[in-house]
Order: sequence, then structure tokens, then C-alpha cells
Amino acid sequence: MNYIMSFVVGGIICVIGQIIIDTFKKNNAYLLVLMVVTGAALGYFGIYDKLVEIGYSGATVPLLGFGNTLAKGAMEEAASKGFMGALSGGVIKTAPGVAAALMFGYIVAVVFNPKSNK
Amino acid sequence: MKYDKDSYKQVVDEFTPKNKMLKNCFYAFIFGGAICLLGEIFKNIFISGLGAAEEDAGPMASVALVGLSALLTGLGWYDKLGKFGGAGTVVPITGFANSVVSPALEFKREGYILGTASNIFKLAGPVLVFGYLAAFIAGLLKLITG
Repeated sequence: MNYIMSFVVGGIICVIGQIIIDTFKKNNAYLLVLMVVTGAALGYFGIYDKLVEIGYSGATVPLLGFGNTLAKGAMEEAASKGFMGALSGGVIKTAPGVAAALMFGYIVAVVFNPKSNK
Repeated sequence: MKYDKDSYKQVVDEFTPKNKMLKNCFYAFIFGGAICLLGEIFKNIFISGLGAAEEDAGPMASVALVGLSALLTGLGWYDKLGKFGGAGTVVPITGFANSVVSPALEFKREGYILGTASNIFKLAGPVLVFGYLAAFIAGLLKLITG
């Protein structure tokens, strides 16, 4: 059941993204920024957690979930450590994904050469 | 031949590719769903196979997806998937990883420091700037409202 819901919820979030791309025809960066900020807002109001309960990885893998994790990390740390927590909480919570992208990204760029677009 | 505004628009519409939104959405659903499903499978493997705690398994699955996506981008396969998947390959965290690796590869010819390292966050930078900013604001609001 987790698998089915992950597929369905993740799929629906991507369809929303596709509709935004096709409607506004902007660079993907706009979509990604919109997704992260929306996810953070939904996380702040505690709405996104309900979606995670329904959709499991379908809700956490899209960038909306990244925004949610950022906001919740900042809020949790802010509650226990004050201003410094608000500053660092989101970064700490999302550090594995960002660091992995940076490390793997650099290694891949060193090992592989760019492919020409055919 | 001269066009007024309306007839010009007609001609333009005729040559603009037909709206493929429905087809795009179908592919976005399949690809996006499949990537999220893969994330859930990774998560379960880490929990039941490697004995990871439930709360650690999520970040571990993210790291696995990021690593896989980085490798596929290096091989030039992720961009091929992206031609079909559209937003389905952009919105998941694999798309974020792809947006890190692509400029890193593309600017390799300008050197490992000024090329690859300088441009590695060229596309993903906006996501991090606005993401961290939004998180900071959420944390501040939490401080103020308690």
C-alpha cells in the first residue's frame, strides 16, 4: 500500500509541476523555487505532514518535501535553541541531500565528460 | 504579403506545436510516480535490510536517489529520461541532483575550480537561496509566535 500511495501522490505532485511548466512556459528554476517555497509554507502550517502520512515517499521525494523538511527543521531548532536554531535548523535537516548532490556531482563531473546533445 | 494583428496570430497559432499538455501530464505522472516509488523501495531496503531507524531511512533514501541521479546524469541518460518525463524528472529530488551535475559537467572545460566548482550550483542555487530563506522565516515566525 505504501508503494501504491507513493506512486500516486508523487505522480500527482509532478503533474501539478507539469501543468505549471506548460502554462507559464518559464525556466524550470522558477518551478523549483516555487515548489520549495510552497513546501516550506505548507510545512510551517503543518499541512504537509498530513500529505506525508498519506503519500510516504510520494510526498517526501519531490521538492515540496524538501521545502517542508527545511521549514520543520528550522522551527524545531528555533523552539529549542532560539535565533541560532532558526538560522541553522533547516540547513542541518536537509544537509545530507545537499551535501550528497555536491559531492556526487563533483565526482561525476571529474569522472565523466559532457555528452553532446543528440 | 501584409498581416493585420488577427490574421498574423492565426498564422502563428498554425505553426505553434499543438498543446501536448495532457500527454505531458501523463508522462510526468508515470515518471514522477516511479521515482517516488523507487524512493520508498530504497527506504524499505534501508529499514529491513540494513536495520536503519525509521527516521534515518528517509534521508538515506534521498542520498541514494541523489547518487543514482548523479551517475545517470554523468552517463547522459537522465537527460534522455527527462525528454519523456518532463516535470516528472524535474520535481523529485533526482531533478535537483541533475540540476547540480549538469552545469558541473558542462563547465568542466573551464577547469575544475573556476569551471566545475564555480558553476555547480548555477541552477540549484536559486532553490537553496529561497529554500533556506523560507526556512529561516518559518523559524523566526515560530520564535515570535511561540
